[in-house]
Amino acid sequence: MNNFVDKVKSILTNLALSLLSITIALIFGVFFILLTEQSPITAYSALYEGAFGDFRAILNTLWRSTPLILTGLAVALPFRAGLFNIGAEGQLLMGGFTAGVVGFYFTNLPAFIHLPFAILAGMIVGGIWGGLPGFLKAKMDVHEVISTIMLNNIAIALTINYGINYFRDTGRQATPRILQSAALLRFNDMADHFIFGKIPFIEIFEQPGIRLHINFIFAIITAIILWFLLFKTTLGYEMRAVGHNPDGAEYGGINASKGVILAMFISGAVAGLAGVGEALGTHLSFMAGMDAGHGFTGIAVALIGLTHPIGVIFGGLLFGALAQGGLEMQFAGVPSDIVMIIQALVIFFVASLQVLKVYLAKRKAKGGVE
Amino acid sequence: MNTIRQMLSISLLLASFRFATPLILAALGGIFSEKSGVVNIALEGMMLIGAFAAVYGSALTANPWIGVLFSMLAGLIFAAIFAVVCVTFKADQIVVGTGINIFASGVTIFLLQILFGVRGTSPRVMRLPFLRVLGVRFNPITYIAVILVPIVWFIFFKTHWGLRIRSIGEHPAAADTLGINVNLWRFSCILISGILAGLAGAHLSIGDGSAFVREMSAGRGFIALAAMIFGKWHPVGAFGAAMLFGYAEAIAVRVDFVFIPSELISAIPYVLTLVVLAGFIGKSIPPKAVGKPYYKGEK
Repeated sequence: MNNFVDKVKSILTNLALSLLSITIALIFGVFFILLTEQSPITAYSALYEGAFGDFRAILNTLWRSTPLILTGLAVALPFRAGLFNIGAEGQLLMGGFTAGVVGFYFTNLPAFIHLPFAILAGMIVGGIWGGLPGFLKAKMDVHEVISTIMLNNIAIALTINYGINYFRDTGRQATPRILQSAALLRFNDMADHFIFGKIPFIEIFEQPGIRLHINFIFAIITAIILWFLLFKTTLGYEMRAVGHNPDGAEYGGINASKGVILAMFISGAVAGLAGVGEALGTHLSFMAGMDAGHGFTGIAVALIGLTHPIGVIFGGLLFGALAQGGLEMQFAGVPSDIVMIIQALVIFFVASLQVLKVYLAKRKAKGGVE
Repeated sequence: MNTIRQMLSISLLLASFRFATPLILAALGGIFSEKSGVVNIALEGMMLIGAFAAVYGSALTANPWIGVLFSMLAGLIFAAIFAVVCVTFKADQIVVGTGINIFASGVTIFLLQILFGVRGTSPRVMRLPFLRVLGVRFNPITYIAVILVPIVWFIFFKTHWGLRIRSIGEHPAAADTLGINVNLWRFSCILISGILAGLAGAHLSIGDGSAFVREMSAGRGFIALAAMIFGKWHPVGAFGAAMLFGYAEAIAVRVDFVFIPSELISAIPYVLTLVVLAGFIGKSIPPKAVGKPYYKGEK
């Protein structure tokens, strides 16, 4: 019972730190808004209106959150295994590119084969792009941060610079448009769908300007699966043990290499799914710039979400709301790039406040001795 | 045959120096911070803010040298933020480094709008003059970068300061018992790396061109990091690697290859670095305490 109270306390402390970081970041943001000679109240209310103002705004916030939840998960899972994946950006690109190419290249497949094929191909290539640094770490002791940075840049060269030029058929910096048989279902097409159409009131999604697609549902399901994997399976226990104390885990009979490689492979596949969603749901092709730094934002998302899969959903929603609301702020005359600044500030404060947590833990430990 | 002649031409070699300049400077900066035990993936962001500050300084005063001063100051300020959060507050260096990079992207685009009223490319400003030495013509920052290589080597391997920094990066607790203030030295080393990365940025914006373009560092901070690793954390090694990577960039721009698409040549530095890290060509081993915050009194 005492254990349970401790657990709740620790979750609440972490939650308080997350909220505190966001609050401080928004307060610092005021300074940047004042530089634009606009009222911070106008700017922040525009931000809020843009993100949550009406039904459409809320759904588009969910749409923007989708890749962020997935890249957040791709950072959070290896984090639990003691690994820092800053390669989500490259994994997303590889996954998105693969899905985009499969999406237009195979012309004669029925949708029930084409779509799963494109999704799986994207996830597997993303997974390989993540698993490779895992392998290098486990077998050759190469630090995953450096190898993922290198792989990010190799991915940019392969997909955006080379891949697009190789396949493109118009002046657009993108691969050809994918076929309808590989497109992810959009919420505003659901009323006409042969299964989803039967859900009552589904036609409320049928209005212009709603860009949410089914990858959001996939993202939530992925979060739940990863939660289950981490906390309810032996494999997840082993991963967390490796993250907590690699030597101890090895001594206890856990194969640390396996944990490291698997955690990175799964993480790469999840980041790949983020790219798949952007290619097959949002842009309907693989486009230069569609990664939009999601891989790096994922780090902030994971930190705010306490690197817990369910927490990451909320972290993703927060940053999705900032991105969506930022547009409205731009209309109000405040550069939407302030959102990027706030995002960086959140990272600084979450990271700095960790020291507060260490301090609290130390004080508690001292109290225990006395 | 023609390809090979193009690959070996003098003009290409000279162009390599031009492309290598920011890599040399940032890699030297990286060596300072990593030798003291701090992973610095924020080089990219410091370079970007340096590039912006250089253009702003030059626009403000119509004097590119003031721009250079501004770039180093901006790099210093960003490095100070990085150092406070990582060294004073002991936050995770990689997390904060990523934060600095995002911060630099956001702040530069934001300031472009506030100060210049544009979103993509700044107006043209006064650029640094070329300096002709021994028949070749470069902007002054290239000469500074090349001269700094032996100086940094001398500092690290022939002075007490260098020995101290190296000892902090290998075994901070041992350095501490000898009365070396570990965190103060780390703080200073990060500041030096910021100044150098800022200067690298000035080369991009007012040395090699005359305007700031959003995201103009375009991963060069990461290539510099790769050059540092490829050069095994040694100033001369890093210089060689930076020249190799600069050459790769130059041939990607100038030479038409039949067998490799030029878009893929830009990936060569990264592939080479992975190969070196994996130990296929002489293993590259980082300073031992790199990445770990130092708490006084811990083993």
